[in-house]
Order: sequence, then C-alpha cells, then structure tokens
Amino acid sequence: MSSNKESFARTLIFVFIVCLVCAALVSFSAVSLKPLQKANKLLDQHTKILEAAGLSDKAGKKAASINAAFDKYIVPKFVDLNTGEYTTGDHETYDERSDARNPEKSTKPKNDIAGINRRADKAAIYLVKNDEGQIDTVVLPIVGMGLWDIMYGYIGLEADLNTVKSVVYYDLKETPGLGAEVQNPKWKALWKGKKMYDEQGNVAIKIVKGGAKPDDVHGVDALSGATLTSRGVEHTIRFWLSDEGYGRFIAKHRGKLTDGGLD
Amino acid sequence: MSTDTKKVLFGPVVDNNPIALQVLGICSALAVTSTMENALVMTMAVIVVTAFSSLFISIIRNQIPSSVRIIVQMAIIASLVIIVDQVLKAFSYQLSKALSVYVGLIITNCIVMGRAEAFAMKEKPVASFLDGIGNGLGYGAVLMIVAFFRELLGFGTVFGVEILPLIQNDGWYQGNGLLVLPFSSFFLIGLLIWAIRQWKPEQVEKD
Repeated sequence: MSSNKESFARTLIFVFIVCLVCAALVSFSAVSLKPLQKANKLLDQHTKILEAAGLSDKAGKKAASINAAFDKYIVPKFVDLNTGEYTTGDHETYDERSDARNPEKSTKPKNDIAGINRRADKAAIYLVKNDEGQIDTVVLPIVGMGLWDIMYGYIGLEADLNTVKSVVYYDLKETPGLGAEVQNPKWKALWKGKKMYDEQGNVAIKIVKGGAKPDDVHGVDALSGATLTSRGVEHTIRFWLSDEGYGRFIAKHRGKLTDGGLD
Repeated sequence: MSTDTKKVLFGPVVDNNPIALQVLGICSALAVTSTMENALVMTMAVIVVTAFSSLFISIIRNQIPSSVRIIVQMAIIASLVIIVDQVLKAFSYQLSKALSVYVGLIITNCIVMGRAEAFAMKEKPVASFLDGIGNGLGYGAVLMIVAFFRELLGFGTVFGVEILPLIQNDGWYQGNGLLVLPFSSFFLIGLLIWAIRQWKPEQVEKD
C-alpha cells in the first residue's frame, strides 16, 4: 500500500475523501448549531434594547427573563424614514446593515454628517410600555462614524420624543480608554434628561468640549482625550434626529406618541 | 504518568515554549491579550484545535501522500477551526464577538501547522494529541501572563474584577493607555523571553 501511495490516482482519491469528511463535519456543526446561534443573536439584541429602554434591572441577567421582559415591555415597529409613517417588517430577521448597502432599499443622505454613505429607508424602532401598558419610551437605532470606524448604538427617548433617556453604543472600534469611554456608565448617565430639540423644534443637542454648563439642557460634556469620537457621537445623533433620519417620524408624533394601531 | 508523557505534555510550557522559544503564534498573542477572559477562551480554542488536528493527522500520517501533505493538514485544521468558531458562537456569543476574526485566524497560527508538520507526521496518535495539548498550554501560559499585566495595568481589572479603581470611575488609578494597545504585547513578550532565559540559560541561542 505504502509503495504506491504517491501515485497520482491514489493522491486524488485521498484528497477527495479528506475533503468529503471535513465538509461533512463542518456542515453538520454549522447546521446543528444554527438554532442556538440565532437565539443568541436575538438575545443579544434584546439585551441592548432593554438597556437603552432603561429596563436592564427589570430584565435581569438570565436569558429567559430577558426574553420575557422583551415580550412584556417592548413593541417592535418599523418606520419608513422618508415619510415618517409606520411600515411593516420583521425585527427578528431585519438587517439594517444589508439594507443600507442595497441601493434599492436605501437613500444617499444630502447632508451626510454621520459619515454613513447610505441610509436604509426603513428603521426597526422599539416602543417601550410601562407596567400600566402605556408607551413611555421609544428606542431608536443610530449608526455613525466615530474616529476609526462606524459605531452602532441606540438612543432612548421619552414619550415626548425630546427628553433623552439613554445613549447606548454596542458595536464600536474606538480606542480603549479614550473613545471607547462612550460605553462608560458615568458618561452615559450624563445624557439622561437632556433635551434633543429646542422650543422651535430644531435639533439642539450638542457635545461641549471642556464641560457643559450644569443648567444647559442641550449640552453634554465631551469625553476627555476623545475629541473626534465625541464629535462623531454628536454628528451621529444630530443626523438621526434631523429630517434625514427620524425627524419626520418625530415631527408627526411629537407630544402624542402612539403605536399607530398595535399589530 | 510516565516521564515521557510528562515531557511531551508539559515540556512546551517552559522548556520548549512555542511563543518564547519557538517564536510561533506571535500575531494572535498580540491581538487577544487585552483582557484575561479573551486570552483564556483563545487558549482553550487553540488547545482544542492543536490537540485534535495533531491527533487526526497522526492517525492518517502513513496514508498522506507527501506531495499534498500540507494541503491535507490545512484542510483538517481549517475544518476544526470552523467547528470551534461555530461552537463558540452557539454557546458563548459575547466572547465570540470579542474575539471576532481571531478565532478564524487560528488557521494561520503557526503553532498548529508547526506541530502537525514537526510532530504529528512522525509520532503515534496519543503522543501527538498530548503534544498538541502541551503546545496549546505553552501558548496559553504566555497569553495569560501577558493578558494579566495588560488588563491589570491597562484597565485596572483582572478577569473583569476591579483591582485598581480607575480615575474615570472616581478611583485613583490612571489606566496605562499603552498597555491597552496591541503592540504593548511586544514589550511584555520580550521581557518574558528575557526572564525565561535568565532562569534557563540553556535556551539562549549561541552565535
């Protein structure tokens, strides 16, 4: 056997068998683990949305309680960003990143301050009910350039669609210790209670280098040592609150946020 | 445990460390050592891949035609890495996100390929399996030491538990920004190699 193991035919057969066995093992693991992976991804998404909704404490840390809290408090909805009207979609399968790359499902912003190049035409937003079943918060996904790369996050607004509840970034490649401090709970706490818009309905939120005045309802302290990341956060939020982002939706629902008829 | 088994299994941890002496697998050692948790998971992934790839390659070592042996080794290693990556995604989603591309890059980790070619092609399956575990342990030992210093001095934590309270969180410790960045591992690995060679002068190369 070993005398002719270098022959051409035997080499081909050997490689073919090795490839077949390897391919079978890889396919088996990929297919059999798929449901678990999908559940993980969804759980991860639910955790982030509950955090942005300010419900982390209620949701706890266990998978079952997180999913239960999501089902109890969160109403996923889709918004057509070009009209500001509710539209349809499935939040479990919707992929904003693939839509944003598809020219048929996205728009090139006129004033692309967030540096995202293309913006998906619809957005998966999440209405948050309180224990009485009233909608008191809305969680909006945001995307925008930081210093090194695109940063993904959520903003939570109270039902007046003006008062900030939270700014949560979950996927970013900023410098640890500097730009990545956008994930520091102390900095995130600075956002709570700030007003996104002024009385005329213009976007007024800003990030102030050197520290915002204590009575400034529109100003948030910049991160020290992370000027460009701070600027990226400001531009991202200003972009998504303008008419290029959720502006039309917010204008329609300001002061009277409704779910547009629950599905 | 016989002395031979011991030598195969624990030799690579200090006496024949894949990173410190063989200088293999430096790339991933830089990338995944920012926190100890990442380093631990990466260590386990590498141990599994090195051990099983050495085992399988050793089992079929007498059948592999020498003209395609590297390709056959790569196919086996790559399949194992994909399976490990899938398992991580299924059972430890957060960590698989933190390690991102580096699990996939175990394929290109010279330690795996190096042990397959240098050991598993010649030795019996059980010895090869132990050699794979041993080299994974050696790789992991260096990773954990580097990660310990980087996490402690960079973020003030060990396994995510706060040891030195950071100024950002109203503590007194100013995190070392250099150690947070991947290339600081070069200094740490360099210091480690120096320390090991002070302790075991026979590792010093003769010129």
